[in-house]
Amino acid sequence: MSIQNTISLDGVQIPFQDGDTIMEAATRAGVYIPHLCHHPEFEPHGSCKLCTVKVNGRNCSACTFPAADGQQVLNDTEELNGARRTITQLLFVEGNHFCPSCEKSGNCQLQAVAYFLNMLDPHFPLFYPHRQPDASHPEILLDRDRCILCELCVRASREVDGKNVFGLAGRGIDTHLVVNSASGLLGDSAMAATDKAAQVCPVGAILVKGHGFEKPIGERQFDRQDVSEWCLSWEPAVIGDQHG
Amino acid sequence: MLLRSHAHQVFEGMTLCAAVVGAKRGFLYLRGEYLALRAQLETVLAERRRLNLLGVAILGRPEFDFDIEIHLGAGAYICGEESALIESLEGKRGTPRNRPPYPVTHGYLGRPTVVNNVETFAAAAAIGLRGGAWFAAHGTEKSRGSKILSICGDCARPGIYEYDFGVTIAQILQDCGASNIFGVQVGGPSGVFIGEREFDRRLAFEDLASGGSFMIFDKTRDVLEIVRNFTHFFAHESCGFCTPCRVGTALLRNALDKLCAGHAAAGDLVEISKLGQFIRATSHCGLGQTAANPILSTLERFPEIYQARLKSVAFEPGFDLDGELSTARRLTGRDDAHAHLQQESV
Repeated sequence: MSIQNTISLDGVQIPFQDGDTIMEAATRAGVYIPHLCHHPEFEPHGSCKLCTVKVNGRNCSACTFPAADGQQVLNDTEELNGARRTITQLLFVEGNHFCPSCEKSGNCQLQAVAYFLNMLDPHFPLFYPHRQPDASHPEILLDRDRCILCELCVRASREVDGKNVFGLAGRGIDTHLVVNSASGLLGDSAMAATDKAAQVCPVGAILVKGHGFEKPIGERQFDRQDVSEWCLSWEPAVIGDQHG
Repeated sequence: MLLRSHAHQVFEGMTLCAAVVGAKRGFLYLRGEYLALRAQLETVLAERRRLNLLGVAILGRPEFDFDIEIHLGAGAYICGEESALIESLEGKRGTPRNRPPYPVTHGYLGRPTVVNNVETFAAAAAIGLRGGAWFAAHGTEKSRGSKILSICGDCARPGIYEYDFGVTIAQILQDCGASNIFGVQVGGPSGVFIGEREFDRRLAFEDLASGGSFMIFDKTRDVLEIVRNFTHFFAHESCGFCTPCRVGTALLRNALDKLCAGHAAAGDLVEISKLGQFIRATSHCGLGQTAANPILSTLERFPEIYQARLKSVAFEPGFDLDGELSTARRLTGRDDAHAHLQQESV
């Protein structure tokens, strides 16, 4: 006889397996916790803070915090969703996100999370940063204006592609994505359009060229289902394979 | 001060710790700003090796092998946070790790690691020599021992002081010759700003905790400028890892600039306070969680000073109207009166 370990998630008892994070336990139980830097195929990162939940009264990142028997976890509360909306607004004002002219619109997780959280305006003054785009690669466009610094491409390139093409440089609000090549240009790096790093970007910062607007707006990923349904129905093999 | 004048005691404390936990390698993480201390510290380490206080079979005890290396940091404030320090020690960007796991089980290179500051190790060595009863006789019930303070600012005798925990702020101010005091920032930028009414409070973990920084400001100082300075500091020192701190501290910096420039309205204060509390609640590490302290602690104590700096309009735009025209002026080569706009004020 084995005793099932459970956590309480918004008052509902859900089981978890040894080694589960709160995010993993919740996802398996069919509960969506908003996130952007988290991706089930990669080591949790814990930087975007969208998945902030209250564990026994303390704010923790669900994607990194281990589930433990008897934990009281709050997820879908007005306070937490308010904080998540604020985080989404911060991500929008930090970069240059012009959804109507972005080919990722409709397939963009930042946009989808913003809709999910009912974000109606950016609220904060926009930074309008000057960021360098990089079109030097024949097959890949790097548009730093849209980068949210989730480091998924950094992790994918290092852990899956074995190329270590991307990294973050700078500090604070000046943090930015850099390319590991002598010139700093993507065209001079080892990156290929078939790399995991080219597929994993949750926003429109890394785009494979020649595929823009293949699917018309209105028929795209998040036109058909919201981000919570999409995340819960993920088949790991096709994650990220959803260009515009 | 401890490394300059009491390096042996610090290294002795580290060696004691190694003996207790069974560590073989120790590091002194020295900020780049203290490069000048390095040669002197290496001399101390060499002397300790010569005396067999470091190295193989310390003092003839078999299997007690321990040595200390000096690792230079590049001078980021965040590298005072233990897990960011370990990242930096491993040669990576200084960003705080996700916890758990904690350094005590997964630290340097994933191995169990004890991280303490030099003051703690120096105190451990002193306890080793004089005993726990001696140490516990100092301080308060909940804060045993003493605290070294770096006192600076508006006083006659700034410098390094050591006090038993439990000393009042008034006593410290008297000892260092401070008068006409407006307030004290206790515990550095991430600490708390207290005013005259609180000078009977005590330096102790259960009252006013401090890493050792003690900045005194007299009545000639502008509190908002002090706060603005701290807010710029945090925006500069934010490592950029998590969203709330990376973007939030930059927004707070801009909001304080707006306030100090006389462009803020009542709504801005509400925004500043809300944003500060949000950054405190959602940031990844202690830097972000305390970055709004200078604002929140002064806003709570001296709301009238903030109020006095506000414009009497309900709303002030976040941008500078005239500044927005500068590109157009440059392009058209104009700089006459008609090429300028005044920010409207009611």
